Amino acid sequence: MSEMEITLNVNGRDRTVSVPPRMTLVDCLRDMLRLTGTHVGCEHGICGACSVMFDGEPVRSCLMFAVQAEGHKITTVEGLADDDGKISDLQDSFWECHAMQCGYCTPGMLVASQALLAENPNPDDNEIREAISGNLCRCTGYQQIVEAVKMTAQRRREARS
Amino acid sequence: MKAAAFDYVRAADLDEVCRLLAEAGDEERKIIAGGQTLVPLMAMRMARPDMLIDINDVPGLSEIDDRGDQIAIGGCTLQRAVERSDLISGRLPLLAKAVRNVGHIQTRNRGTVGGSIVHGDPSAEIPLAALALEATVVLRSASGETEIPLDGFFEAAMVTNIEPEQILTEIRIPVWQGHAIGTGFNETASRQGDFAIVAAAAQVELAGDGTIARAAVSAGGVAPSPVKLRGVEAALAGRQADDLDAAFEGLGDEIDPDTDVHATAAYRSRVAKKLVARAVADAVAEAKR
Amino acid sequence: MTEAPTLPNYRYVSRKRRTKEDRRFITGRGKFVADVFVPGMKHVAVLPSPHPRANILSIDSSAAMALPGVHYVLTGDELAAETNSLFHGLDLPNVVWHPLAVGMTRYAGEWVAAVVADSRYIAEDAAELIEVEYESLPAAVDSEKMIDEDQPLVHPAHGSNVLFRKTWEWGPVKDDFASMPHTVSYRARWGRSSTVPIETFGVVAKWDEITEIMDVWASIQMPQYQDQIASALRMPMNNVRVHNDVDVGGSYGVKRGIKHTILVSYLAKRLGFPVRFIEDRLDNMSGGDAHGPDRIFDITMAFDDDGVIRSMKIRALDDVGAYPGRAPLQLGKPMTALCGPYRVNSIEYEAISVTSNKTGQVPVRGFGQSPTNFAIETGLERVAKYLGLDRVEVRARNLVRKDEFPWKIPPGSLYDSGDFHAVLESAIKTSDWDDLIARRDALRAEGKLAGVGITTCLEPGGGNNIFEYLFNPKLEITTFVESVLIKVEPTGAITAVMCTTTSGQGHETMVSTIAGEELERDPDTIRVVHGDSLEALPTRSPVASRMTIVLGTATSNAAREIKAKMITIAAHDLGVEKDQIEYADGEFSVRGQPERKLLWGDVCHIAHKQFHRMPPGHELGLQAYSVQQVPGAGQLPNEKNEVPLYPCFSFQAHVPLVEIDPDTGKVKIHDYYIAHDCGTAINPDIVRGMIIGGVAHGVGAALYEKFEYDPDGQLLAGTFVDYLLPSAHEIPPVTDIEHCTPSPMTSLGQKGSGEGGYLGAPAAVASAVNDALSPYDIEINELPIRARDIEAALYDKMK
Repeated sequence: MSEMEITLNVNGRDRTVSVPPRMTLVDCLRDMLRLTGTHVGCEHGICGACSVMFDGEPVRSCLMFAVQAEGHKITTVEGLADDDGKISDLQDSFWECHAMQCGYCTPGMLVASQALLAENPNPDDNEIREAISGNLCRCTGYQQIVEAVKMTAQRRREARS
Repeated sequence: MKAAAFDYVRAADLDEVCRLLAEAGDEERKIIAGGQTLVPLMAMRMARPDMLIDINDVPGLSEIDDRGDQIAIGGCTLQRAVERSDLISGRLPLLAKAVRNVGHIQTRNRGTVGGSIVHGDPSAEIPLAALALEATVVLRSASGETEIPLDGFFEAAMVTNIEPEQILTEIRIPVWQGHAIGTGFNETASRQGDFAIVAAAAQVELAGDGTIARAAVSAGGVAPSPVKLRGVEAALAGRQADDLDAAFEGLGDEIDPDTDVHATAAYRSRVAKKLVARAVADAVAEAKR
Repeated sequence: MTEAPTLPNYRYVSRKRRTKEDRRFITGRGKFVADVFVPGMKHVAVLPSPHPRANILSIDSSAAMALPGVHYVLTGDELAAETNSLFHGLDLPNVVWHPLAVGMTRYAGEWVAAVVADSRYIAEDAAELIEVEYESLPAAVDSEKMIDEDQPLVHPAHGSNVLFRKTWEWGPVKDDFASMPHTVSYRARWGRSSTVPIETFGVVAKWDEITEIMDVWASIQMPQYQDQIASALRMPMNNVRVHNDVDVGGSYGVKRGIKHTILVSYLAKRLGFPVRFIEDRLDNMSGGDAHGPDRIFDITMAFDDDGVIRSMKIRALDDVGAYPGRAPLQLGKPMTALCGPYRVNSIEYEAISVTSNKTGQVPVRGFGQSPTNFAIETGLERVAKYLGLDRVEVRARNLVRKDEFPWKIPPGSLYDSGDFHAVLESAIKTSDWDDLIARRDALRAEGKLAGVGITTCLEPGGGNNIFEYLFNPKLEITTFVESVLIKVEPTGAITAVMCTTTSGQGHETMVSTIAGEELERDPDTIRVVHGDSLEALPTRSPVASRMTIVLGTATSNAAREIKAKMITIAAHDLGVEKDQIEYADGEFSVRGQPERKLLWGDVCHIAHKQFHRMPPGHELGLQAYSVQQVPGAGQLPNEKNEVPLYPCFSFQAHVPLVEIDPDTGKVKIHDYYIAHDCGTAINPDIVRGMIIGGVAHGVGAALYEKFEYDPDGQLLAGTFVDYLLPSAHEIPPVTDIEHCTPSPMTSLGQKGSGEGGYLGAPAAVASAVNDALSPYDIEINELPIRARDIEAALYDKMK
């Protein structure tokens, strides 16, 4: 089977591409749609650098074939900004806390963190570490990432009150 | 690490799945649900199916159904759905504990209960809990449906008794009725979320006099397949809940661990005894509450 | 308790400021090598050998070439004929290294052929179709056997598996040993691990036949990269243009990729279209030649009744794998801090580098200092135990004292500054050592194993690789420079041009902060760009924890020169002497007459546009560059082989608390305290990230990571399933306490921090684990210490 034409809903837009069945979702996002913010780290489902939001939940896009993603909502790091295009409070907290160094794991970390806060607005340190435990980082030692997530939760609490 | 080429079909219903499998001929046709085990194998070209049949759209495979004395879980049910299910945490607490140890959140958002069982990983958590509770699996093919006990379904490491033309549609797990029931699940892995080096699952029911009325105990990572420790179960039955040590003495005879890059056989043996004892102790403590 | 030095009241330096680079990373807009799209580029997949050692009898690529979408299959013979072999650090004329195997393969995973195809997918399909006939041979795998026993020769023409062996003696070692009442001897073993960044190495090359330029984009952190490309491809160095503005997804030393680069560049030139090779993880773990030190230390320390160590004898044997490259020199760098932060009088050092049929080794974060620190600290623990001394006290007795700087160590390096005792005290105080001990004892009372660790160690910074001369006299290189160009536009906008790549250290932030401090301009308005290798001034790349020291000092120099030029121009235009001009916040005014002034923009405009207002003979425009040598360096070793090496020494004191499950042997780190002193911290968040991130790397090396080989030479840990990188669960929360003893060697007192906590964490975790095992009289001195090692040791003791 050579190529299949599929339509993916990515960051709110429908994109139609022609892909071989064996092309992974991450390769499709990066090479066909030129959304290079999602990164490849291991291609066997361990490092989490390829994490994207799939119907609102973080998944490893290296373990999914693009053809499997048709009919679902995909959000990548490029789609995490607010509707007005400004960076989100989570992204801003990552910046404020210097929750990255080389930036390679960062998109995956943002996806995992965003999903956590959507489900649990007041996570403690252990819950944050559990939520990002599927995302490996070799630069930061995780601490400033945990602080960024906590800062976001705090900012949202303050905004609500 | 790109997979070898394959044909892809997104099946609309079970009949289509069964038909495609039955018509495989010389081709290797595999079902893909979550792909959390299959896709890494394909990326390393250790698995090279000619066709992938995607069952994620097949209706009726993702239900969690309360059938009174058992709970039926569709093969395509997400592990994350099991994790979030109040029904499961209320009626199958051992499974609820087990599923929290499966990989990481991303894994559980795609991985399915059926996928976890058919791959036959010797230390996988869901099969371990299900095996302890004497679950059965429903296998369907173009020629019909059969229900077989999970005990005996696992042949060897990564090998199960499912035929190439069959699909696992449902797992049925008996629910214990009773008052003084407790569960315990623990494992040791190199890192949290890794494949378990050794895992232990236990469910006990206490009798009014403080003895163990019945026990379900299994261990993973100690043999080519998950093991139901019937000897330990028999030794536990009738024992006073605060005097259990002797029940584990024969455990070594029921397991056959291997040495690999993660652990030696001797390590697995010794740790299995400790973790099984702990799981049972946790279950007893919970049952008392 | 001594007083901390009074620090200048900096406006930007040492202040909390956001890191410039983060902005593109949080939006997914980093430009990593796999994001570089060059029109027409084709893709490479490599074919590895499955054998640890084998002769190549034949290669048949006809089936591969016939696959639609395949453009070429390259094998070792062609590449070896058309390119020069790759550099080694040692003088090894008979050890030949090419990107693809020639005649024989020397480790499992070595690349035998490379396919170029329309996609990586097709290239992998084609690679599978290449038929290679091998004659498998027994392999040389056990490092210690390489010296004395008959082993298969990895490089037969070299005649042995020992690549280098030499002993140096600094100071009166014999006399010191004779005069000391006590010695301890021990072995410490550092398992083969590496820094394994989440991004693998990748490179894209494009050859332009008309301009004769080879454009290279790579995930690179390497000195002399363009030099080596030009040399291998037999072209002048100014034919090679390395794009240094590629974001590197982590390196910590290992992103060298020289054989990948030669492979791809050759193909680009040969085939006439751009070629791209991105390692997949399987390529990376075995064939990428990015393993780290694999080292056995045998050490004897001679000390007195107070536990003061007078002399050390160190033998370090390191297995660099099949193709050494620069790796053997990783035995040399630790000479710069060979006795750690201690007042040792004499040292004997035997360095042995051996080759084996394993993946090649590459410089790893610290270039050998972390294994050495681990080995030294193991000795401190031994001395304490031998005399029944408190482990903190024994260190305090041995540490160089605050009033003794600059302190010269036997091999010749000068420790620039420090207050080691104060930093140690601060770690003890902040961690509440007595409380940690109490918590440890309470855990023990519950039947658990628990331990508190202590480590004090150095992070040498600044570079200066003249130790290489001691390993290879042909390397008579006494410079280790870094450069920056700063220019100010007619409108007043400031741009700094740095000359190498960045892999997470925040160089743009560091340079703009220092430039902003010197010029009193907001660093957020200062743009920092990475010049390509044709534009760039001399550089040695971000290795050796050097950039803040050397690039930072260069930035200060260039900025100060610009400020001086502007003062000169302003003075001339205002009709006064230079020393009558006061500069503050972008305003140049006459002392005592503040209303007579020129603004920043005015002076820029004059400099660029108004010759008639410029001082006669003064350079037009506003620019300055600085090529900064390593402070204090430039000499060759003297006749005693003494030479000052790195200029600056940052200091760390680590205190972890661990708990061990006696049933499984699993270690949990509850708390981790680290007090450190890197002089003036240019950006506190960046420094903190290096400290904590370094600790995480060190925890991995201590407890989880190993490139395990079987006795036949097969790599058993070739994926992330078996090579275990710590997740957020395995890394504890870290409390870091900062000190500042400025360095006298740099422009603002800054020292290095890029190697960070990695230099002490393995030693500290080992110290804690062994404290936990000490009630059972068990000591494990081999890293990584894994759960099963602990459980087995306990089981053996209990039997």
